Amino acid sequence: MTTAPITSTLPTATPPASGSSGGPAAWARGAWRTLRRSRRLTIGFAIITAFVLVAAFGPLLSGNPDAFSQDLSQPPSGAHWLGTTQTGQDVFAQLIASTRGSLVVGAAAALLATAVSIVIGIGGGFLGGWADEALSLISNVFLVIPGLPLVIVIASYVKGSSTLATIGVIALTSWAASARVLRAQTLSLRSRDYVQAARLYGERRWRIVLVEILPNEVAIIVSQFIFAVIFAILTQAGLAFLGLDDPSAMTWGNMLYFAQNAEALSGGSWWWFVPPGLCIAVFGAALSLISFGLDEVLDPRLRVHRPRSGRRTRTKGTAR
Amino acid sequence: MRYLLRKLGFYAIAAWMAVTLNFALPRLIPGDPVQLIMARQAQQGPVPPGEKEALAKMLGLGNGNIFVQYWDYLVSTAQLKFGLSVTFFPTPVSSVLNSSVLWTLLLVGVSTVISVVIGITLGTVAGWKRGTWLDSLVPSTTFLAAIPYFWFALLLLYLLTQIWPVFPGNGGYDPGVTIGWNGAFIQSAVQHAALPAITIVLSSVGGWLLGMRNMMVSTLSEDYVSAAEAKGLKSRTVMIGYAARNAVLPSVAGFAISLGFVVSGSLVMEMVFSYPGIGYTLFQAVSNNDYPLMQAVFLVITFAVLSANFLVDMLYGFVDPRTRQAR
Repeated sequence: MTTAPITSTLPTATPPASGSSGGPAAWARGAWRTLRRSRRLTIGFAIITAFVLVAAFGPLLSGNPDAFSQDLSQPPSGAHWLGTTQTGQDVFAQLIASTRGSLVVGAAAALLATAVSIVIGIGGGFLGGWADEALSLISNVFLVIPGLPLVIVIASYVKGSSTLATIGVIALTSWAASARVLRAQTLSLRSRDYVQAARLYGERRWRIVLVEILPNEVAIIVSQFIFAVIFAILTQAGLAFLGLDDPSAMTWGNMLYFAQNAEALSGGSWWWFVPPGLCIAVFGAALSLISFGLDEVLDPRLRVHRPRSGRRTRTKGTAR
Repeated sequence: MRYLLRKLGFYAIAAWMAVTLNFALPRLIPGDPVQLIMARQAQQGPVPPGEKEALAKMLGLGNGNIFVQYWDYLVSTAQLKFGLSVTFFPTPVSSVLNSSVLWTLLLVGVSTVISVVIGITLGTVAGWKRGTWLDSLVPSTTFLAAIPYFWFALLLLYLLTQIWPVFPGNGGYDPGVTIGWNGAFIQSAVQHAALPAITIVLSSVGGWLLGMRNMMVSTLSEDYVSAAEAKGLKSRTVMIGYAARNAVLPSVAGFAISLGFVVSGSLVMEMVFSYPGIGYTLFQAVSNNDYPLMQAVFLVITFAVLSANFLVDMLYGFVDPRTRQAR
């Protein structure tokens, strides 16, 4: 059953059977039901859990990814599940190690970008006036300046220095879009009655932002974070492919870089070139599935089975 | 008029920030950038004479205090003096760019238009037939969008040029033909452009499709669509004239924002296919540590995207009067 491992991914997930009322258990039951309600959400969570588990524990179980052997450019076999590279390294072990590297880069860059976008987006939207003008000007400029050329230029100055630099460069160029979304949402929230009420109570500004506004934007922030992770992993892969990332770091992008440099494809070593790209694609697709699933659950208008749409499809069904 | 001035002001500031960023970057890295760059260039071959001065000038690291340097840099950028290219020494950077811009514009322009038209058409139909088998195919486009572009393109390049040789290999044209407005050259150029164009369309169509589909779904629940249905209009008329017509507006607005991504995608495309456009030039500049060329390519791309954005904004203000009031 595909949904079996899901329970462990939820932060406070306890089996629904432990029927205590209220508190975290009820919350977990609610989350579990939400998860079950959308098939996309379920599949997405299952895949991401698998990747995270591999990233966390895989490197402990698989062999040394840098170890050389006498089997050069061997196709997949029992000894080497995904074959070997030109220099006899095990592709499967490399893939496992790279999963950890790519996930770390993706999550770190996305966290950084989301943090920046929260500060600039919510800060600007809440403060309003002069600060808002300045902050939204900056985010609009970063939005129109094409990202990848900027990343390439910056990365070529700090060429191959460290993974940290790569994370910083990616975060620098990817916060703008979500800052704009968050600003728009904050603008609409700050004039709501409950925020006005909090102001009349004389609550402090930071308290209003943290307690009244931020919790109501969590759904947007999560969805922006998910897309930031996809963007970060894709950008990192692109940078690594151009040789602009630290080549000693183990990531999917660096695997592709070395595979391409060794002309793995034209040499017929597809087992070296195909898996890293496929991993990126599957991981990214699973993240988007989660994001769409969340949208579906949170925004009833996007849900497929509801009375109105039922009417429309039914009428068309009879017409056909 | 105020709308126009406001937009003009914004893009002027954006352009100025891009130039300033270009000026600031070499100063932000630790160490002496000129020495660093010269050392890297020396590893790859002889450094052209006068390179030190040219580099210093190009990077804005001339004499005087920082404000004088900044002013000099602004002036030489405004005069399109980008210095000499290291990769194609002693060709000036500006003429290297001249020969590559047209390739990119044609290929990227045509394939983007194709992608937008296909995406919006399919999105309209998928949103209209929500819940049917066609609509259930939509999530698969997220898989397409999550594929690293260069990986996908290299795979196609390998499959379609080596395993099944349907398309010609790398480059923008057959090296045997002479460049010019003759039949043989145009035919060769089109043949070489086909595969890159297909990869661009395949990798970018999903975004347009999804956006249009979701907009279509929310538009379909509007009252005027129900009213049109209730009047007994043909479903084709309702779909195109009532729903799609209003649902397409955000896609038009999104077009401006997505231009940056389109250009980014084309950069990688050209690197993969060795297509003689501006992205390939950037790639060569990066692999040869050709900083003058690299900075110039960045500025040219940025300015192109900014002007295209400005045009789209103007057009959109014309199409949808509501945006003229909104800030």
